[in-house]
Amino acid sequence: MTTIQESLGSSPEVNLERKKSSSKNLFGILMTGLTAVFTLFILVPLFALVFDVARQGLPRLGLQSFTQLPPPPGLTEGCFGNAIVGTLIVLAVAAAFAVPIGVLAAIYLNEFGKGSKIAYWVRFGANVLTGVPAIIAGLFAYTVVVLAMGRFSAFSGGVALAVVMLPIVMRTTEEGLLIVPQEVRQGSLAVGATKFQTISRIVVPAALPTIATAVTLGLARAAGEAAPLLFTALNNNFWSTDLFRPIATLPVLIYFFSIIPYRAQQEIAWAAALVLLGLVLIVSVIARVVTAKRRF
Amino acid sequence: MRLGLVWVMVFSISLSLHTQTRAILQAENVSVQYGSVPAIQDINLDIPKNRVTAFIGPSGSGKSTLLRCFNRMNDTIPGARLLGRLTFEGVDLYGRNVDPVQVRRRIGMVFQRPNPLPKSVYENIAFGARINGYPGDMDELVERILRRAALWDEVKDKLWQSGLSLSGGQQQRLCIARILAIEPKVILLDEPCSALDPVSTLRIEDLLIELKQQYTIVIVTHNMQQAMRVSDWTAFFNAEVDAHDHRKNRLVEFAPTKVLFSTPKERATQDYISGRFG
Repeated sequence: MTTIQESLGSSPEVNLERKKSSSKNLFGILMTGLTAVFTLFILVPLFALVFDVARQGLPRLGLQSFTQLPPPPGLTEGCFGNAIVGTLIVLAVAAAFAVPIGVLAAIYLNEFGKGSKIAYWVRFGANVLTGVPAIIAGLFAYTVVVLAMGRFSAFSGGVALAVVMLPIVMRTTEEGLLIVPQEVRQGSLAVGATKFQTISRIVVPAALPTIATAVTLGLARAAGEAAPLLFTALNNNFWSTDLFRPIATLPVLIYFFSIIPYRAQQEIAWAAALVLLGLVLIVSVIARVVTAKRRF
Repeated sequence: MRLGLVWVMVFSISLSLHTQTRAILQAENVSVQYGSVPAIQDINLDIPKNRVTAFIGPSGSGKSTLLRCFNRMNDTIPGARLLGRLTFEGVDLYGRNVDPVQVRRRIGMVFQRPNPLPKSVYENIAFGARINGYPGDMDELVERILRRAALWDEVKDKLWQSGLSLSGGQQQRLCIARILAIEPKVILLDEPCSALDPVSTLRIEDLLIELKQQYTIVIVTHNMQQAMRVSDWTAFFNAEVDAHDHRKNRLVEFAPTKVLFSTPKERATQDYISGRFG
């Protein structure tokens, strides 16, 4: 029978040197290498995508991208200024619906309905909604808004994107509220704050960074969706800021222009993809910067 | 002869404490259950006004549970239920029309782990005052309260930093200061020093002794020296197991601190304070 002490070596001297050749250390090195390689695998598609979009999109990008209308087939002059404005408008409508509903629902789930049946089913519903294909969200908005109003519109596009955003905003906000320590709520109650004061002045401000992240995540997801907009916001070749008219958006413009066989339009589609990427990036960075200072 | 003298002393101390003070909080046959699990049973206790009362006893003996009943913090725990009668200045704390928020505005609480609000030092003090409609100059209040809590010199240059950037002991004094800002009648402290080092602990004890001129203080502590140092009255709680193997938490003995620690009436108290268990 050997003891642990004996297995360390027969020499009476204490030897604490790293044994490079031992099987334990070799295995450790191997696994470290493997994890590093797989981490790179994750980064490769991301960088390849950004690089490719930038390479194809940059030549066409310029100040005129933001000011000119898309050219009709056959012509080459023009860009997608109206689609940028349209995307911003549709996203604003989507946020106007999804943020208040999502944040208030999350507050209900975490602060009032904890453990209740309603909370369970709402959370279940949100999870299902996360998995619903975006085109179904478009169908929903088509049935509820487009058919009711009798026309395609920016407003209906916003409603469709709100359905896409809602579960993301709600679940992320809920997680943000969850990490506010229970002791903080008790501290507030113990100085005589009502539940409303505790939530509105202590809990929600403390969770604000995560709520901002929730909104950003939701916007980023919604910004890239073309499918729900195809039969709600539709498209528009002209400037429009009318909520109740069809409106051009970047994803829909990319979709239409990338499938028509004209060189100029395809280049415009690449440039639009680059702008869309940049837009999402800018929104994320702003949200980070604004909220980074606040910590627990 | 000597023994007789001690008895006279003890008697006179307890007499003087009895005559000078009246109860501000009274528990009559109070029992608390969490769901179907009984936490404390049949507690009868009068907390004297403008004195420091200490609750001592082993873990799980129901000290904190009773403390949390006094300002209805147990309301925030689902399934908690109180039987019996608990009064503050003669008013039933669990009466039909009693608003727990109104109770907590008069009976403040400091918790085991320092829990500053995730706001600046200044806002930690101002928050309670503001929601309670303090009409005066907020800057003046914050400075006065922080001085009162012997914290001003340490934090006067950090008023706009997060309360969470302070040391543990400073955070706990900030939590006490935050309670002072709402001018309560009673301050409940639930093992306020258990997460702190000895120096911070002493500072808080000094503060408590100073504050008792103006406030009624109830403190739960595991530290018997602390109970002896700061309290005038001590209640000993014990977790007992009866013949049917049911746990039963009860108030074993309640007496002036000097009496309880020198001449306890009950065997269990004697065993606990001499360190035989707990």
